[in-house]
Amino acid sequence: MDLPHHGYRATKQRARAAPPQADPVLFEDTSSSASAMNTQGYYTPGYNMGAPSSDMQGGAGMDNLFADPMANAAMMYGSSLANQGKDMVNKEISRFMSVNKLKYFFAVDTRYVLKKLMILMFPYTHQDWEVRYHRDTPLTPRQDVNAPDLYIPTMAFITYILLAGMALGIQKRFSPEVLGLCASTALVWIIIEVLVMLLSLYLLTVHSDLSTFDLIAYSGYKYVGMIFTVLCGLLFGSDGYFVALAWSSCALMFFIVRSLKMKILPSISADSMGTGSAKPQLRLYITVATAVFQPIIIYWLTSHLVR
Amino acid sequence: MAFTLYSLIQAAILCVNAVAVLHEERFLSKIGWGVDQSIGGFGDEPGIKVQLMNLIRSVRTVMRGEVKRSTV
Repeated sequence: MDLPHHGYRATKQRARAAPPQADPVLFEDTSSSASAMNTQGYYTPGYNMGAPSSDMQGGAGMDNLFADPMANAAMMYGSSLANQGKDMVNKEISRFMSVNKLKYFFAVDTRYVLKKLMILMFPYTHQDWEVRYHRDTPLTPRQDVNAPDLYIPTMAFITYILLAGMALGIQKRFSPEVLGLCASTALVWIIIEVLVMLLSLYLLTVHSDLSTFDLIAYSGYKYVGMIFTVLCGLLFGSDGYFVALAWSSCALMFFIVRSLKMKILPSISADSMGTGSAKPQLRLYITVATAVFQPIIIYWLTSHLVR
Repeated sequence: MAFTLYSLIQAAILCVNAVAVLHEERFLSKIGWGVDQSIGGFGDEPGIKVQLMNLIRSVRTVMRGEVKRSTV
């Protein structure tokens, strides 16, 4: 895991390749060798086990699976049904989103997660914000610490919901419906933010390579700040909450501006040369508006947890 | 403001419906947002107003399912 940082060219074709498909055997019956001996007594020989049990025990090494043909047939039928269901689900899902692209976002490792969390909380010392490419495909998060991922936002979202439940429980305001309400509120705000970003990027004809998943990833990074804020609010009271809110807001705003600046603001001079002086300003407005929106939403979603 | 997913779906449907019922002749042309006024610069970037008009027109086309008569 000792990768050099600068000028690293990933020779492994891992950018868009799916992880190796380990085909799980669904109904691998490892207990049949042990239980076949026991069930012989229970399953009265109604099928063809009229043969003396000594015969069974003699060939028990090979015939365990066929000791009970009904169970065996049921097992095979069930596993074929499960495989069919799995194929159908995969086919339907791949109609809406490409699973390969999704797998790219989850190709993380521990080192990446730790570095990214540190950057999210303290981005002021990070020097190089460019997302590195390898022959036109972006590098996976394992190889490039600037690449967005979906693992951290997903985990942070779930942790936030659990933490909200805990915070409400501490204040004796907990009930199971509140948990679902909190989860759906946070999810709806993410969806709203992503839709507004997509709409504004479309209206200003910004030809960036920000896909929907990238936007979801960047929107989900605020949950790390939210968790930190709520924790400090619980531990240190109201003062700690506001201090942590200020800290994580500044850090998150810096992070978002630096990350999106590379993607949205035109750095290629071959683009719009002289058309419309309003363009760079509007793109800057989008970036700054996104950044300013983060602390607002952090405050909105956490203030009711810390009174 | 506690949102549920259902309220989001409701809001989305109402917004799309609002865009779909904008009348072409009576309203959009009057304020200069008709489809015949959007074919402008074939040059570079269209600009916000043209993009917005295209967006409205495409939403209306998808939601209404009609074939638009050409106004050339």
